Amino acid sequence: MSNHDADPTVVIRFGGEGGQGTITLGDLFTRIAARLGLEVYSFRTYPAEIKGGQVTYQTRLGLQRVLSEGDEADVMVALNNRAWMECHEDLCARSAFIHEASLEMPPHCGRGYPIPAAQIARQHEWERGYNFVFLGALMWFFRWDLQLAEEVVRERMQRHPQSLEHNLNLMQAGYDYARDHYPEPFPHTLPQPESVEERLILSGADALALGALAAGCKFYAGYPITPATPVMESLAKYLPSFDGSLVQAEDEIAAINMAIGGSIAGLRSMTATSGPGLSLMIEAMGLASMTETPLVVLDVQRAGPSTGLPTKTSQGDLLIAMYGSHGAAPRFVLAPDSVKDCYYQMFNAFSLSEYFQMPVVVLCDQAMASRVETVPYPNDLWGEADDPFPWCRPLERQRPTAEALQGDYRRYRDTEEGISPMSEPGMPGGIYLAESLEHDEYGYPNQDPENHERMMAKRTRKMEVARKMLNTWKMSARRWGHRGASFGIIGWGSTRGAVREAMAMLEAQGILIEALYPHSLRPMPDKEVLDFLDTKKAILIPELNFTGQFRRVIEHHYYKDLDVRDIHVHQLTKEQGLPFKVREIYEAVLKMIAQEREQWVAEQGDLVSVYEAVERLEEGANES
Amino acid sequence: MSRKASEYRSHVKPIWCPGCGDYAVLNALTRAFASLELRNENIMVASGIGCSSRFPAFLKTYGIHGVHGRPLPLATGIKLGNPSLTVVAVGGDGDGFSIGGGHIPHAARRNIDLPYIVMDNNIYGMTKGQPSPTSPRGLQRKASPYGSQERPLNPILMTLAYGTTFVARAFSGQPKQMADIFRQALLHPGFAFVQVLSPCITFHNTYDHYREICRPLPEGHNAQDLQAAMTAALETETQYLGIFYRDDQQLPYSRRLQLLRDRAPKLTLETVLDRFRR
Repeated sequence: MSNHDADPTVVIRFGGEGGQGTITLGDLFTRIAARLGLEVYSFRTYPAEIKGGQVTYQTRLGLQRVLSEGDEADVMVALNNRAWMECHEDLCARSAFIHEASLEMPPHCGRGYPIPAAQIARQHEWERGYNFVFLGALMWFFRWDLQLAEEVVRERMQRHPQSLEHNLNLMQAGYDYARDHYPEPFPHTLPQPESVEERLILSGADALALGALAAGCKFYAGYPITPATPVMESLAKYLPSFDGSLVQAEDEIAAINMAIGGSIAGLRSMTATSGPGLSLMIEAMGLASMTETPLVVLDVQRAGPSTGLPTKTSQGDLLIAMYGSHGAAPRFVLAPDSVKDCYYQMFNAFSLSEYFQMPVVVLCDQAMASRVETVPYPNDLWGEADDPFPWCRPLERQRPTAEALQGDYRRYRDTEEGISPMSEPGMPGGIYLAESLEHDEYGYPNQDPENHERMMAKRTRKMEVARKMLNTWKMSARRWGHRGASFGIIGWGSTRGAVREAMAMLEAQGILIEALYPHSLRPMPDKEVLDFLDTKKAILIPELNFTGQFRRVIEHHYYKDLDVRDIHVHQLTKEQGLPFKVREIYEAVLKMIAQEREQWVAEQGDLVSVYEAVERLEEGANES
Repeated sequence: MSRKASEYRSHVKPIWCPGCGDYAVLNALTRAFASLELRNENIMVASGIGCSSRFPAFLKTYGIHGVHGRPLPLATGIKLGNPSLTVVAVGGDGDGFSIGGGHIPHAARRNIDLPYIVMDNNIYGMTKGQPSPTSPRGLQRKASPYGSQERPLNPILMTLAYGTTFVARAFSGQPKQMADIFRQALLHPGFAFVQVLSPCITFHNTYDHYREICRPLPEGHNAQDLQAAMTAALETETQYLGIFYRDDQQLPYSRRLQLLRDRAPKLTLETVLDRFRR
């Protein structure tokens, strides 16, 4: 079995040298498929160099919503030898292997479809358009309408009018070549969808930027950093049209301080960065906590530490996002778990930040920010018809009443919920000092021991209020699978797709488990988590970092609950700069079952297929 | 004048040592506010960390006392957030030229419309006397027991080179002139840098030294002439006081961004989402 979804899908992988146009090829192909009415889900990984180095773009097409990029390639498009070398393990006997004819390819396991793309491009005196020969050939193999492809290419390449016609000619030439040399049906096609559903085609970065616009973001200050830059570029384009502004700051420290300034002046403000930038922003996040200033900080994670793998994905910033601070500074941490969810969680981030006057970190990652997906049109921002999560509530920062401004206004009034109505520069009677020193209710410096403890309590109380609020919100977590199963998965962020698909695969074999993905990681939605843990005997925590940061958080936060219920925690970590494959999750669940066999037999003893699966896995382990 | 300087002072008593140059700065700035009859609630002052950065607490205006070295980014954000405010950035020489030195060229490059007042005492006062970026070479303190080995910065020359559209120097020993310079800086439609020689009475008392070497800019100095300004800035044996350079013709940053907004096609969320339809 190549891929694990019950519904038919096709996985196409493109591999080539950086600068060969591999990403453009994959991206155009994906968008053409989406235009046809197919559901798409892509993944790209590329080197840190601008030119050179191996680039891989994978896209998966389906008739139903696609959950992951897929483990194995049904179709491989190799622009260079290394593309084959790097992926032959993921090819199978049925794989179609489309490659540059002039390259010496090692014997492969699938069927070969050499295309003399370099030669065709040379004949047309347009060698730069090499990738378009492949695009044309693919249109033939999939029997897709060349005119529709041309329409998409024209839209996407508006900015390059000189190259456009050359590229279209090469696309036609590639199509013609494939048609003349490979007239037989192609083994990996999908039926044409009967109707084209209303969909947006968004990258995670697009969704994050749109979510910010939807939330009323009016000010963005940021510094370029891979892989967060596309969010800045998108907002640079649109913010002025929404009466907003964007500043490219001189560094991340300036960026976050500008955003704090913009927020104090009254605008919904944000910054976006990746790990190294987040490190630089930690001090000012404390300032936002201390001065109770609303602020959204987006972290598109990449693999660290230090410069690490700057173009590769990771979930390694969890602990710094949650706890990185001197002193104790309350903040929220939200984790979108799909491209669509990026839109909603950015919206929520602004709501929570404004309402609680606190910084909110949104944790995305390279894989999710750079992939494109077809997602339903967000008709109703506060709950889609097909979505069980009517989660988004637009919340505003509380302003002092006119009466309060005329009287004894205290910016940091110690209220029951810890939230104090916030005035804005320009408001008569609202004058206050946003003081980074410990301060009294007016904002003036105050170093008294009792005052410090009281104000710490005031600021921290907001987290407790938020925790209670989250317990009533469906936004707080996503939960699916077999309700009340004794085995489960808790994860966060972009790994959800692979987990969902692995669970579908397990379910097909009669293995029923349940999964929980909290959207808010700080504070944790306790009610939902405890309800989930209530029936569990063993849980698997998969994550893309080296030390199991989320496992540590769960064990730290719920140690009593885990202990009382005698829940065994299993960890699955991966730190390769790549997302999980579905089979990695699948095998980890089987391993968990094998290790907890007694428990499993007691609960679900009559499932022969489980024994078999577990035995196969054990045999595999013994052999290796 | 219908407003008094004291109307801009909060009830908080400055933490500064008696005789500190910063008192004169506080008086001069509030006098400049009063002379322009600014409404208290329309002023916001941003500072960093250090003795002089305690400034906003002593004012009856909106204020932020931020983290070390970042008054300029804070003030930039505030001004862009609400351009109708009078925003002032203040701080010391350690805050502004050392930890925050990287922000000055960019504030100048943007021509962000706000004054930046650096109370330059040539020493780290709050941490009890370590050499600062403007300390004279050879200054012996606990952190430099054998004398500091670095040459002092020339803040006027530096900010002129950055393209700052208003560059001035004042001295705490001459508060009247300082108030006038502040007034001009507040009126300047762009980034205005004012270096105030503001001695630290406790760790580096330079009152007598500056009284001796401070002079008004040469008679007939043309503040529109950048080369003349640079020539005057190069003179360090004498510290000239006054407005070295001033160019009021450059568009300020908040105005530029406003023009971008005015020119941009008005879009709704729906029209943007439509662009992403497959």
